[in-house]
Amino acid sequence: MTTLLQVQTLSKHFQVRVPEGWRQRKATLRAVDGVSFDLQAGQTLGLVGESGCGKTTTARLVLGLTAATQGQVLFNGQPVESKRDATWRAQRQNMQMVYQNPLGALDRRLNVISQVLEPLLIHGLGDSLSQTEQAQELMASLGLPRPLWYRFPHELSGGQRQRVVLSRALILKPSLLVCDEPVSALDVSIQAQVINLLQDVQERLGVAYLFISHDLKVVRQVSDQVAVMYLGHIVEQAPPNQLFSEPFHPYSQALVSSVPSLWQGQNQKRHILQGDPPSPLSLQSGCVFQNRCPHAQSICRQVKPRLTPLNPERHIACHLFAENPRPSAVPGEARS
Amino acid sequence: MTELATPQSHSSAPPILVSLRGLTVSFGSGPSQVQVLHGLDLDVHVGESLGMVGESGCGKSVTWLAALGLLGAHAQVQGEFRLAGDRFDGLNDRALSLIRGRRIAMIFQDPASALNPVHRIGQQLVEAVSLHKGLRGQAARAQAVRLLDQVHIPNAGQRFDAYPHELSGGMNQRIMIAMALAGEPDLLIADEPTTALDATIQAQILDLLTEVRRDQGMAMVLISHDLSVIAQECSRVMVMYAGRAAEIAATDNLFRTAAHPYTQGLLSCVPDVASPQKRLSAIPGQVPEAGRLPQGCSFEPRCAHSMVQCKERVPTLLPVAPDHQVACFLTAP
Amino acid sequence: MMRFLVIRFFRGLLTLFLVLSFAFLILRSTGDPAMLIMSADAPPEALEAFRKGWGLDAPLWQQYVGYFKNLAHGHFGYSMRDKSPAMDLVLARIPATLTLALPAFALKLLIGISAGVYAALHRNTWIDRLLISMSIAGYTMPSFVLGLVLVLIFAVGLGWLPSGGDATWQHAILPVITLSLGGAAVLARFTRSAMLEVMGQPYIRTASAKGLVWHRVVLHHAMPNAAIPTLTVIGFMIGSLIAGAVVVESVFSWPGVGRLLVTSVANRDLAVVQSLLLLVATTMVTANLVVDILYGWIDPRVRTGQAAQGKTA
Repeated sequence: MTTLLQVQTLSKHFQVRVPEGWRQRKATLRAVDGVSFDLQAGQTLGLVGESGCGKTTTARLVLGLTAATQGQVLFNGQPVESKRDATWRAQRQNMQMVYQNPLGALDRRLNVISQVLEPLLIHGLGDSLSQTEQAQELMASLGLPRPLWYRFPHELSGGQRQRVVLSRALILKPSLLVCDEPVSALDVSIQAQVINLLQDVQERLGVAYLFISHDLKVVRQVSDQVAVMYLGHIVEQAPPNQLFSEPFHPYSQALVSSVPSLWQGQNQKRHILQGDPPSPLSLQSGCVFQNRCPHAQSICRQVKPRLTPLNPERHIACHLFAENPRPSAVPGEARS
Repeated sequence: MTELATPQSHSSAPPILVSLRGLTVSFGSGPSQVQVLHGLDLDVHVGESLGMVGESGCGKSVTWLAALGLLGAHAQVQGEFRLAGDRFDGLNDRALSLIRGRRIAMIFQDPASALNPVHRIGQQLVEAVSLHKGLRGQAARAQAVRLLDQVHIPNAGQRFDAYPHELSGGMNQRIMIAMALAGEPDLLIADEPTTALDATIQAQILDLLTEVRRDQGMAMVLISHDLSVIAQECSRVMVMYAGRAAEIAATDNLFRTAAHPYTQGLLSCVPDVASPQKRLSAIPGQVPEAGRLPQGCSFEPRCAHSMVQCKERVPTLLPVAPDHQVACFLTAP
Repeated sequence: MMRFLVIRFFRGLLTLFLVLSFAFLILRSTGDPAMLIMSADAPPEALEAFRKGWGLDAPLWQQYVGYFKNLAHGHFGYSMRDKSPAMDLVLARIPATLTLALPAFALKLLIGISAGVYAALHRNTWIDRLLISMSIAGYTMPSFVLGLVLVLIFAVGLGWLPSGGDATWQHAILPVITLSLGGAAVLARFTRSAMLEVMGQPYIRTASAKGLVWHRVVLHHAMPNAAIPTLTVIGFMIGSLIAGAVVVESVFSWPGVGRLLVTSVANRDLAVVQSLLLLVATTMVTANLVVDILYGWIDPRVRTGQAAQGKTA
């Protein structure tokens, strides 16, 4: 497997003005702070976290839609810039995005087939006949039957619209698809349809996904690797079955146990986090999670833990695991 | 007043607190009139936690908005509603306002927009306290602070004068719960209370609801599209589809021996964090529009077990096991 | 907040400066005060003397600078017609205009807001449709047409009310009504849409679900929120209180500031016009400033600024 995407110590800081009494204070909002990960071709990396963790900003950085403050993104070994020049435009053919709100992502004035054809027209690929053939074939394979091709977005259901968005994204045969909450706005039974569709497409076309969601159940279903984000940092990264059956990082534990499970019902072990997530504006030294961590020690308040591998598949950023790769006692074992 | 026909009405079942019979709701008038609820029957027992689950358009929220008269003038609501035996359907707004908050309270989905942005949260709480408990001034404020403590808002005294936009989603939802508790209601309807919140905050709020329910001995109806949330919190579940009840059962029964094809479909199409990973078996097709329901069973076009009679007649809720009713010709012909 | 006020204050001064400059230049580019004030067939030497006496023969930039220098010292110039101080003339007429403007403003608020709220609460009923049509008629009809129609009906036709002048309080009735109806119509439309928007918000449902009676939900929860956008419209109305009186005072021969403006412009009585414009502009700028402050008072989200919680994803 080739490494399709390499993200290296990526950071995005915003300079903002915070109202404070009578005046405004200048502050730095660290939306993404030193994030690193790799994505192999044809694989899916799930990015989970709560609001304010920086996952959408990371997506925009990966796609080159916004400039990084530090660090870089390498796509097929080439750096991804954010300047809208010819190189950037050429890169668009290889990386696309799917959004949460399909109605908002589609043009209300154009019918379905026009929107699916548009990327081909923009990049001038093929002649008119072959373009139309490609579009029709793709739409049919994604479950959009012929009668829908000439309809308008508002005449379609949520699931159908998301298929249109997907067609438009896939017509250029990109190697990377960034999906930002692609199923969150859909009904549960339609979610399942779209999730299955995404998996089929990955098998058929070998597309890699950067799958961003706050819904852990969905991420577990589709991902080969899952990265948990908190306040702009990745705190743990592991394959989903490992992460969800045995989360190591205290935040991962709280996050995983907060998802109610049908199969465990009322017997679930719960780690309830106290308080609210702090804002990405407040700066402090040390680990970003220290204020809510039940195991915070003095080192956690001084030194920021780095994302280190416990084994080839699993990375964690936590001082509890710093000394030995195999921790003697996994925190939270006898907890309820 | 008969209970819904259950073979199991053992004497240990708690009495019925609220019962809705033949609840029908339509919007609009004339040719553009759309019916969204088709004669729903529902019982809530004292102290129980009932879950109502379904997808968009199933009518789970509309049910209680209609019962409490919160749908506005453009909705036509019919049915017989009883609270502890007394009818409350057809009452005017003033009479209903005596029930709202005081006997039956309701909390909503997005707490940030469900609180008045120009009033301080303390003020909104005191309004509820004064209304239901007749307290004024310092006494009202003290009671409001007590309610804030009950829902575990730290520094309640200081937070009292804050505005909703200055607080987080989780805090705002706690305040909504506190307001709902002000009247010490017998029943709390929680309409998707955690959908707009982050995962870790969801867990906190669900925990709080359980705690509060236990402390007050309150019944609760939890409305959600998320089956796993319902599984965790509720002892009985009603699955709704296109304005009708598809299945009603005790939680364990429902998840272990779901009888309605729609319920089965829902269960197998939701990915679960603890179960082994497998491909989701999605339900084909989509929910029909409210004004364009098929004749016969509404689920029939998507059902793998569809039979001739499913296209012709609408199945009614019938018992198939103790504490388990299904509206399907397959299991209860 | 302080910083905000200071910025707005200086912006207000800038606005005033621009308005006065504009007026200054426009007035001097057409018409000749000399010919208008003395008669057209006065001998040319007399006209020359007039111009010299009033400094109208100096180059334009000199007059411009001179004007602002005087303004800074509080000298507003003299009327060319009767040589009295311009500002005094203006100020003397204000009470008359206020006699019309204040009751009209009160009526605008009363009729406009009640009609708007009522229409919103009874949406799509016949009364809502009637109120909407009436308000469309109200703000599309020019005020002088309305005034003349009222005069025709009530003064000429029925003979109940006088048609002009300011002798008795009955003389004020028709002008006040004319002045208020247009504004009331606009306010009604605006209030209606603001109320409709607010009534659809989730917190109104929460208030009802709490057990509050309907009128309390409307008065206590809905209206304070609907007041926020409506305030802009009201602020604008305050600002144009004086300016709005121009037409009405002319129709009804009411001796107020508006009439003075009309006659002074016709005569190119420069100092008077400029003083009047200074007054009108100051009123509007102050009204806008007051509205901005009121916004902060009514809407707490404006007060504390919204970005602070850092809700990026």
